[in-house]
Amino acid sequence: MGSTAGPLGHTRRLVTGAVALLAAASLVTACGSGEDDSGGGEGGGGAANATGTDDGAKLTMWTRAATRPQSEALVKAYNASHNNEIELTVVPTDDYQAKVGAAAGSKDLPDLFASDVVFVPNYTSSGLFADITGRVDALPFADKLAQSHIKAGTYEDKKYVVPHTLDLSVLFYNKELYKQARLDPEKPPISLSEWDQQARAVDALGKGVNGTFFGGNCGGCGVFTWWPSIWAAGDEVLNKEGTEAELSSDTAKKVYDTYRGWVDDDIVAPGARDETGTTWTGVFPKGKVGVMPMPSTTLGLMPKDLDLGVAPIPGPDGGKSTFVGGDAIGISATSKSADQAWNFLAWSLGDKAQVDVVAANKDVVARTDLASNKYSDADPRLVTINELVTDGHTPYALRFGQTFNDPNGPWLTLMRNAVFGDGSKIEKGNEAVTASLAD
Amino acid sequence: MQVKAAARTAPPHRSPPERRIRPRRTPARRWTWTSRKAQGLAYAAPTAVFVTVFFVLPLLLVGQMSLSDWPLLTGDRGVNAPENYADAADSTLFWPAVRFTLLYTLLVTAVLLALALLLALLVQEFRPGAGFFRTVYFLPSALGLASASLLFWGLYSPTTGPLSGILESLGLVDDPVSFLGTSTSALLSTVFLIVWKFAGFYMLILLVGLQRIPHEVFEAARMDGASRGQIFRSITLPLLRPSLALCLLLCVTGSLLAFDQFFILTKGGPDNSTVTVVQLIYREAFQRLNLGTAAALSIIVLVVLLLLNVLQFRGLRRADES
Repeated sequence: MGSTAGPLGHTRRLVTGAVALLAAASLVTACGSGEDDSGGGEGGGGAANATGTDDGAKLTMWTRAATRPQSEALVKAYNASHNNEIELTVVPTDDYQAKVGAAAGSKDLPDLFASDVVFVPNYTSSGLFADITGRVDALPFADKLAQSHIKAGTYEDKKYVVPHTLDLSVLFYNKELYKQARLDPEKPPISLSEWDQQARAVDALGKGVNGTFFGGNCGGCGVFTWWPSIWAAGDEVLNKEGTEAELSSDTAKKVYDTYRGWVDDDIVAPGARDETGTTWTGVFPKGKVGVMPMPSTTLGLMPKDLDLGVAPIPGPDGGKSTFVGGDAIGISATSKSADQAWNFLAWSLGDKAQVDVVAANKDVVARTDLASNKYSDADPRLVTINELVTDGHTPYALRFGQTFNDPNGPWLTLMRNAVFGDGSKIEKGNEAVTASLAD
Repeated sequence: MQVKAAARTAPPHRSPPERRIRPRRTPARRWTWTSRKAQGLAYAAPTAVFVTVFFVLPLLLVGQMSLSDWPLLTGDRGVNAPENYADAADSTLFWPAVRFTLLYTLLVTAVLLALALLLALLVQEFRPGAGFFRTVYFLPSALGLASASLLFWGLYSPTTGPLSGILESLGLVDDPVSFLGTSTSALLSTVFLIVWKFAGFYMLILLVGLQRIPHEVFEAARMDGASRGQIFRSITLPLLRPSLALCLLLCVTGSLLAFDQFFILTKGGPDNSTVTVVQLIYREAFQRLNLGTAAALSIIVLVVLLLLNVLQFRGLRRADES
C-alpha cells in the first residue's frame, strides 16, 4: 500500500511548524491556567448585610436532583415575591460532583450552588464558596440554624454555607401491615432488637410482604441509615477530624449482624443486594414492606392512602439518632452578585419561607426554633422528625465522597462484606476506609 | 567426472543474464505551488484544523496533565512527573480492572463476531423476509448505548423490572433473579446487552463483505462438489477476512474502552467486580478529583490501544495482500 503523502516540501514543513507552534502555545496556556486558582472566597465580599440586595439581578443556581422539589419550591416562592430572579438548574445527583468540579476548574460556577452536605468540607477547603461568616452571624436566628450543617460548612473558623434542605433518616413503618401482624401500630421499635422482631413478624405474613428493605449496593444509603444506629448507642463512626474510621466497633458489628440476619433469613424485600440507591425509596410506597429507614423528604411524596408512621432510628439496645443530610448552600467564590445571592439565602431561612414553603411541603425546617409550627403541629410525624435535628449528626470528612459515596470506594466493600459476606473482613475494611480518608 | 566433462563441453542452458536495474536517482522534485495543490490544501485544511483543535491540542494537554499534579478543583499544579503513572498502577483497582477489561473484550469479541457472522449468513440471500430480518437485526444499533443500557437496567431491575417476574411466572425460576447481583451474572448480563445492541451493526459490515465475494466462486465450488462446510471454510472465511478483521478491530477497541454500559448497569459492582479501565479513569477524575492520575491512566490506555491497533492494521494489510 503506497503512501498517499507527497514529498516533504516547504509548505508541509510550514504546516508542521505551525502545528508544533500551536501545540507549544497550548502547553504555555495550560501551564498558565494554574495561576490564580486559589478561589479565596472573594465573592462573598461586601460588608455584612443581614438581608442583602434585591435590585432585580438575575442569578444562577444549581441543585442536585435528589432535593429538587424543595429547591424548586423555594426558588419559585422567591421569584414570585422579589425583584431578583433565580434561574435554577437541576443536575443529576450522580453527576453533581463532576459538574461542580469541572465548573470550578473553568471558573464557571453559578452564583449559588447547593451541595449534599457531606461534600461541603471538600468544597470549602478547596475555596469554592465565598466566606459568609459576617452575614450568617448577623442573622437574628443564627444560633437556631441546624448546627450540624453549619459545622460541616465551617472551615478554619470561617462559615461558608447555610442549611438549604434538610433530609433526615427516619424509620417509616406501615401501620396497616403492623395491624395484620398483630403489632401495635402506635408502638414503633425503640431498639434495633425490637425493629428486628417487628420486621420478622410482618415478614411472616407472606403473600409478597417483606419485613424490611435497604440499599445493599449503595454506600450513601448505608451511611444514611446504618450510622444512626451506631450514634444512637453513643458511639462515633469517624474521629473528629474525619481522618480515621471507627466502623469496626462492637456496636457497629451488632448493627451489621442484625442486617446480615435479615438477609440470611430472607426478611428483606427482593433487590436489596443489587440496589444502587436509584430505586431504594420506591419500594416502601408499594405497601409491601413493614418497617425500613427512609429519607424524611419522601414523607410528602407518599401515597395518600398509605397509613404510615414515623419513628427515630434506634441503636442496638435503644437510644435514637438520625443522619442530618440534605443540602447546604453557599455563594460561589466567583459570583459577582454576592449581595443579591445573599438576599435569597437570608430570605430562605426566614420565618415565612421556612413555615409557608418548607414546612407546608412536609419538609424539615432548617431552624430548631421553628420545629413546632402550624403545619407540623397538624401532623405529629413532622414534629417527630423536626425534633430529631438536635439528636442528629452530620459526619465531617474532606474525603467523604471518594470513601463513602463512591460505588468503588472502600466503605461499600466493608458494608457488603459485613452483610452479604461472612463479616470476617470488617477490621480490614475499616483500615481501608481510614486509608481512603487520609489519602 | 563425466558430468563435469559434459558440463565443460556442453555449456548448460543459461538464462539470459539478469539486468541489474539500479534505481535511478531521480532528481528531487521541487515542490511548486500550483492551483491544483492549493485546491488540495484548501480541501484538507478544515479537517486539519478540526483535528488539530479537537484532537492534537487536547492530547498535548492530557500529556501535560499526566506529568502534573492537577486536582480538578483548586490547588497547586506543580510537576508530578513519574508519580502520576506510579499512582495509577498502584491503585488497588488497577490490575483487577485491566484483567476484567481484557476478559470482557475477549468474551464480547468472540460472541459478537460469531453471532454477527451467523446473522449475516442467514440474511445473505435475497429470500422473502430477508429485508425484514436485516432491518430487525440492525434496529438495536440505531439506539444510543446509554439509552440501551438504561433500558436494560430497567428490564433487569428486580424491584421494578419485568424480566424476573416473567421468568417466575413461566416457572423457569423459583425466586426473583438477580441479574446484576453477582460478578458472573453482572458480566453476562452486560455482554448480553452489548451483543443485542451491536450484533446487527457488525452483521451489516460482514454482509457487505459477503456480497463482495463473486457469485461465480461459490458456483464453481458447488460444481466441483464442495460441501457447504467446505465452501464456508475454504471460500467464505478466507475471502471475508478483510471484513472480519475490520469488525475485530472495531470490536476490540470498543470493548477496551467500555464505560457507559457498566457505569449505568453495574457502577463497577457488585464488589468492584466489573470495574473497567475507563471507569477507573472516571473515578480518578470525578470521584477522587485528581486529573493528573486520570490523565496518566488515559495515556497508558492510549498507548496500549495504539500498539494494538498497529498490530491489527498489520494483520489487516497482510490479509489484504494475501
